Amino acid sequence: MTYITKPVAHHPALPRNALGLTHRDYEASMSTLCAGCGHDSITAAIIEACYEMDLPAHRIAKLSGIGCSSKTPTYFLGRSHGFNSVHGRMPSVTTGANMANRDLVYIGISGDGDTASIGLGQFAHAVRRKLNMSYIVMNNGCYGLTKGQFSATNDKNSPSKKGEANPFDAIDLCQMAIQLGAGFVARSFSGDKKQLIPLIKAAISYKGFAFLDVISPCVTFNNHPTSTKSFDYVRAHNLASENKLDYVEPKEEITVSYAEGTTAAVTLHDGSKLLLNKLDGAHDFRDPDEAILTIRRNASKGQVATGLLYVNETGEDLHDALATTDRPLNEIPVSELCPGSKALDSINARFR
Amino acid sequence: MQASEIAARAKARMAPTDISNPKYFHKVVDCQWACPTHTPVPEYIRLIAQGQYAAAYMLNWESNVFPGILGRVCDRPCEPACRRGRLQTSDEPNAKDPSRKNAEPVAICRLKRVAADYKGDIDGFMPEIPTKKNGKRIALLGAGPASLTVARDLMPLGYHCVLYEKDPKGGGLMRTNIPSFRLPEEVLDEEVERITDFGVEIRFGHEVKSLKAVVDEGYDAVFVGTGAPRGKDLDVPGRAEASANIHIGIDFLTSVAFGHIDKIGKRVVVIGGGNTAMDCCRTALRLGAEAVTVTVRSPRKVMKASEWEIKDAVYEGIPILENHAPKSFVIKGGKLAGVVFEKMIEAGVDAKGRPQLKASGELVTIECDDVLMAIGQDNAFPWIERDIGIEFGEWDMPKVDRNTFMSTRPGVFFGGDAAWGPENIIWAVSHGHQAAISIDAFCNGRPITERPAPGATLVSQKMGIHEWSYSNDYDAAKRVAVPHADLKTSIKNLKLEVELGFDDKLAAKEVERCLNCDVQTVFSAPLCIECDACMDICPVDCINFTENDAEAELRQSLRVPALNATQDLYISDTLKTGRIMAKDEDVCLHCGLCAERCPTGAWDMQKFFYVEPQAAKACLSHHNAYLG
Repeated sequence: MTYITKPVAHHPALPRNALGLTHRDYEASMSTLCAGCGHDSITAAIIEACYEMDLPAHRIAKLSGIGCSSKTPTYFLGRSHGFNSVHGRMPSVTTGANMANRDLVYIGISGDGDTASIGLGQFAHAVRRKLNMSYIVMNNGCYGLTKGQFSATNDKNSPSKKGEANPFDAIDLCQMAIQLGAGFVARSFSGDKKQLIPLIKAAISYKGFAFLDVISPCVTFNNHPTSTKSFDYVRAHNLASENKLDYVEPKEEITVSYAEGTTAAVTLHDGSKLLLNKLDGAHDFRDPDEAILTIRRNASKGQVATGLLYVNETGEDLHDALATTDRPLNEIPVSELCPGSKALDSINARFR
Repeated sequence: MQASEIAARAKARMAPTDISNPKYFHKVVDCQWACPTHTPVPEYIRLIAQGQYAAAYMLNWESNVFPGILGRVCDRPCEPACRRGRLQTSDEPNAKDPSRKNAEPVAICRLKRVAADYKGDIDGFMPEIPTKKNGKRIALLGAGPASLTVARDLMPLGYHCVLYEKDPKGGGLMRTNIPSFRLPEEVLDEEVERITDFGVEIRFGHEVKSLKAVVDEGYDAVFVGTGAPRGKDLDVPGRAEASANIHIGIDFLTSVAFGHIDKIGKRVVVIGGGNTAMDCCRTALRLGAEAVTVTVRSPRKVMKASEWEIKDAVYEGIPILENHAPKSFVIKGGKLAGVVFEKMIEAGVDAKGRPQLKASGELVTIECDDVLMAIGQDNAFPWIERDIGIEFGEWDMPKVDRNTFMSTRPGVFFGGDAAWGPENIIWAVSHGHQAAISIDAFCNGRPITERPAPGATLVSQKMGIHEWSYSNDYDAAKRVAVPHADLKTSIKNLKLEVELGFDDKLAAKEVERCLNCDVQTVFSAPLCIECDACMDICPVDCINFTENDAEAELRQSLRVPALNATQDLYISDTLKTGRIMAKDEDVCLHCGLCAERCPTGAWDMQKFFYVEPQAAKACLSHHNAYLG
C-alpha cells in the first residue's frame, strides 16, 4: 500500500473537457489494492471514459458489493454519489436508487465472486428487469481478498498458483447476461484500454442493462504461467477480438472511415453512435444466438472473444416496463408524492 | 501506407535510451546540468533538510569554491532550469514584464547560503596541502574567482602558485563590483582567504604591466584571469565638460568598495540596464543621494539585469525609465546639470525577436548632480605584448581554446571574463576548474586535449516495500520568500546586508519543494508485464506504452504531447506486446509512485550521483565518497 497521497500537481498542458475539467479531476483516493492489479487499470479506464464524455461527477452514482473489485469506487470519481453495499447486493441497491432517481448515471461495480457466487440471484434479476445501468464485473477468476481461492468464473483448465486443479466448470457471465435479456453485452481486458474505454463509454450511453465483463488479472494470485486469466494468457488468446469499436458522441461528427461492408453503425438512445469495424468472420452482434455461439466456439478453442458481443438497439428499461413517472422522486413536490389520506381512501375505494 | 513509407518509419523509430551514458540522467537533473560547475544541487538540498549543513557546504565548496558568496550573488542558472518552475507559477508579476507571472523554482541559491551560514567549523575538511612542492611554479594574474579556483585546484597537488592582483585585496570583481550590502566583506574574506591560506604566494597591489615580464620569470604555466575591467564610456556632447561628475559604473563601485568614495550628489542618474546599473543606483542611495533614477535605452522587458535585482532596486523606491536614449549632457556654470534623453519607440522585432527601437524625436531632460555610467564592460589587454605568440582575434580578444582554455602560446591559459568577455562568477569558477586540469596535464607532459571522464553512480533508494530513502511526498508549498532587513535602515547603510537569508526553519520548508530530480526513474523492460499501473498512477501523465515511431511523431502521440524539446524521452527496449515504454522527462515529479505501483520492480528509483572531474582528487573527497 502506498503511504503518500497522489501529488496534486498535474501536467501543466493537461487537456480539459467541455466542463473545464482534467481527467485528474475524476480521480479519488489512492488505491489500496496490490500494485499492478488489473482493477486499477479498469478504474483508470472509467475515469478516462467519464472525463471524455464530459460527465459531471455529481450526476453519477457508483455502487458496489464486496471484494477487491468493490473497493474500487473509492478510487474513482471522488465527487460522485457512492454506495458500498452488502456482498452480492449491489443490484438491489442500484435498483432502488435507480427507481427513486432515474436521472443519474448508474455504474455498478462487482467482481466474479460478488456476481457469479453470492450475488448470482441478484445479478440475474437486475438483468431480467433491464435496469438502466452499466454493470461492470472486474473478473480475475479468484478470491483475491482471501488468498486466491478459485471463483466461479475460473476456467476448469486453469489451476491455482500452487498447481491445485479446478474441478468445476466456469460460469460465463456474458452468456448468462445475453440469455437473461441484457441489451448490451461486451467483454474486454484490463490491459487493453484502447478497447476498454470506448466500451465503457458505450455502456454508459446505452439505455437499459449494459453488461461489461472485464478480465482483470490478479497479480498476486492469478497471474501465473498456467492461469487463463493472466496478462500473458489473455494477450496471447485474445486474437478472436470480435470487432473494433469507436464510440462517437452525439455532438461529434463521424470521422472514422472503414472499408465498405465491414462497418456497422449503431445509434443509441442518446444520439451517440457505435461504429463497429467487424473483423473477418465475426458474428452478427445484433443476433443473441450467434453471440452466445461465438463465445462458446472461442472458449472451446481456448480463445477469449472480446469486444461488443451483443447489442439490442431498441433499448428499453425497467422504467418503461413499469411505466414509472418520468421525474426523479426528489423533484416531485411532497404534496404530489404523498397526496394524503383522502387520495389513499379513493385509491382503496377502487378495490372494494 | 506505402511499403517504402512503412520501411522509412521503421528506420526512423527511436532507439532505446542508453542509460549507461551518464549524460542521460545528468540532463534530467536540470539544476545540476544548468550549473556550469555541475554542483550536485538535490543532494546538498537533502543534506540541508537533514541538518547536515557542513556536508552540504562541502559539496558546494568542492564544486563551486565560493558557496557563501554564490549563495548570495550567483546568477543562478540553476533556478530558471529547475523542474519545479515548470510546474508552479508565482502570484507575483515579473519585475521586467508585469504581464508575465514568475515561475516558482526551488530557491536553490538561497538554500546554498543556508549551508554556508550554518556550516560551523569546516577546517578539518580542507584538502591537505603538501609541504613538499612538486617543483612547478604557476603565475595567476588577477585574484578573481577564476584565478582563485585554479589556485584551489592546483595547491593540493603541490604546485607553487603566485597570485598577482592590482588591488590591495583579493576577490576581483566579487570585491570591487558587488556592493557589501549584497555581499558582506567578511563572507568574501573568509572564502578568498581559505584559498590564499593554502600557501599561495600573493603579490597584491601589484599591477602587471607586461605579460612578457611575467613569462620571462620562468613560470611553468601562466593563467590570465584579469576579468573585463574596462567600463564602456559614452561619447555624447558635454561628456568632456561634465567629466568631474560622470563616473564609470564599475570604477565607481570599486572606489566605494575601497572607501575612496563615500558621498555623491543629491540627484543621481544611472545610465544602463544591467546588474552593474542596479548595484550603482542602490549604492548611490546609500551614499546619501535623495533622487536616483535609472535610465535604460531599451524597453524594460529586455533589460539585462536579473529580474530579482530589478525588483530589489524598485523596492527601494528607485524609478527605472525605459526607452530613454542619452543624447547629451547639460552643462551649467561649467558643471554637470542634467542629461538629455531622446525617447525611443518600439517598432516591431528584429530577426532574433528582440524589440527594434526607433527615435521618437521627443526629448526629456533629467536634472542631476552626478551620472553613473553602467552600459557594459570591455576587455582590455594593453599589457599583453603582441609579439609573444599570443594571437588575437575578433574584438581584439585573445584566441583561446574552448575546451583547454589555452591560448595560442603553449603554457599561457585564459579564463573567467578575460577569456571571452563578461559572464558571471559561476562561469569563472568553471573555467578555473578546466584550466587547472589543462595546466596540470601541461606541466606533466600529458596531452591537454584529453579530458578526464566524469564519475557517476546509480543506486537504488528502496528501503522497504513503499519506503524510499528520500522524501518522495510532493509538497505543494509555494516558494518561501527571503526576509529582508528594514527598508528605512538598510537604504542608509552601505554595509548592512539587505537579504537576511533563510533561517533553519524557513530552509526546512523550502527544501521540501525540491523534487529530487537526481533520484531517477529507472526502467527495466524484461521485468515489465505491461499492466499499465505506472501509467495510471503517474500524477503528471509522463509514462506511455505505445508503438515506437520517429521522435517528432512520438512526441505528438503521447498522452500529453511532449512539446518541450529540451527534455528527453526515455525509450525502453521493445516489450512483449511489441510496444515500448516512452517517458517524457519534462515534468516528472520523481515521486516514485510508478515504482511503488509496479508489481514486478520494473521501475526503481535510483539516485544518480555525478562527479565533474577536477585536477585534484583531494578537492573532491566529499563527491568521491558517493562513488564508493
